[in-house]
Amino acid sequence: MTTLSGTFSKEKTEEKVFAPKPYSNPYIVGVGLGLVLLASFLIMGRGLGASGAVSTVVAVAVEKTAPEHAAKNNFYKEYLGDGTTNPLKDWLVFEVIGVAIGGFLSGSLAHRIKGKVEKGPNVSTRTRLIYAFVGGSLMGFGAKLARGCTSGQALTGGAFLNLGSWAFMMAVFGGGYLFAYFVRRQWL
Amino acid sequence: MMPLYKFNFFGMDASLVIAVIIGIGFGFALERGGFGNARILAAQFYFYNMRVLKVMFTAIVTAMLGLFYFTWIGWLDLSLVYTTDTFLVPQIVGGLILGIGFVIGGYCPGTSVVSAATGRYDGMSFFVGFFFGVFVFGEIFPLIENFYNSTPMGRVLLPEFFGISHGMVVFLVVVMALGAFAAAEWGEKVRFKITGRVKE
Repeated sequence: MTTLSGTFSKEKTEEKVFAPKPYSNPYIVGVGLGLVLLASFLIMGRGLGASGAVSTVVAVAVEKTAPEHAAKNNFYKEYLGDGTTNPLKDWLVFEVIGVAIGGFLSGSLAHRIKGKVEKGPNVSTRTRLIYAFVGGSLMGFGAKLARGCTSGQALTGGAFLNLGSWAFMMAVFGGGYLFAYFVRRQWL
Repeated sequence: MMPLYKFNFFGMDASLVIAVIIGIGFGFALERGGFGNARILAAQFYFYNMRVLKVMFTAIVTAMLGLFYFTWIGWLDLSLVYTTDTFLVPQIVGGLILGIGFVIGGYCPGTSVVSAATGRYDGMSFFVGFFFGVFVFGEIFPLIENFYNSTPMGRVLLPEFFGISHGMVVFLVVVMALGAFAAAEWGEKVRFKITGRVKE
């Protein structure tokens, strides 16, 4: 009985320490992620995505500020739909809202929610934030040109054995490894 | 009878609820894997933490085997599952730009959402940048529309392209993934011996 209560009190003190827990085993996470993707295929008949949601929001914002300008552009038109339904009532927009909730939930449970900047020791916060913006912009452009990002093409198309997705995935790793040398100061 | 949505098991409004639930699973898994942290994602490109490769390939193999299994037992009609058409050259060029953006910015769109949701300012900056990049693409779209639609190949999957059976491609991808995992584990050990750098 004493040992039992001993373990209980030990567990309690451990819970009071809010140190971030280590990340989970990558293979187990991979199986979990794969099952989420499979569920999406089986239930919805489509995979996961992220960049499409941003395209919809951008298209709606452009349409609200300059309707004529948006109407002349085939890219925006594709995301605005035919006008019978609200374009924001879009599967990917709702999915990305879920991604934010899921990330927050997981981070909360593991005490990993923290206002900070992730960077290597040899670069200033300011530089890191600028790099993040520049990298994000390049990725926005690249993702649209490739018809999807790491979620929609590499992950979803990869599992679906889509030819374009596999070519895309090789190009992503190729581009990353080729350019890594030039930004090593940011990370190492 | 699958995919359920295509057989009208539920309507559009229910599909949006499912979207949120699937998104929660997606975001949860990404955060668990350490993908809300740019240092872990970028480490992939310097060979000292191969988490990205391990998680991505395990996920791809898991979903691929599931798709193959459910098609094989006749529950899933693969032709009803949406996949993007292949436009080979723009997709390769887009992939290269995206890869460069990845190593500069440290995230991809989905992971930057998780990063921002867990309080990372660099993730938020990246996400705003992503909006800007999509906006720039949209604005110059009329100029690059021809290139965007070049080398169209339609809906083409690896088995058709290489002229081998679906099962054979699945088998080869599994073998390739196992080889990549072994190489990644070995590479991390070698990297540790040389630099003494502990992975997170």
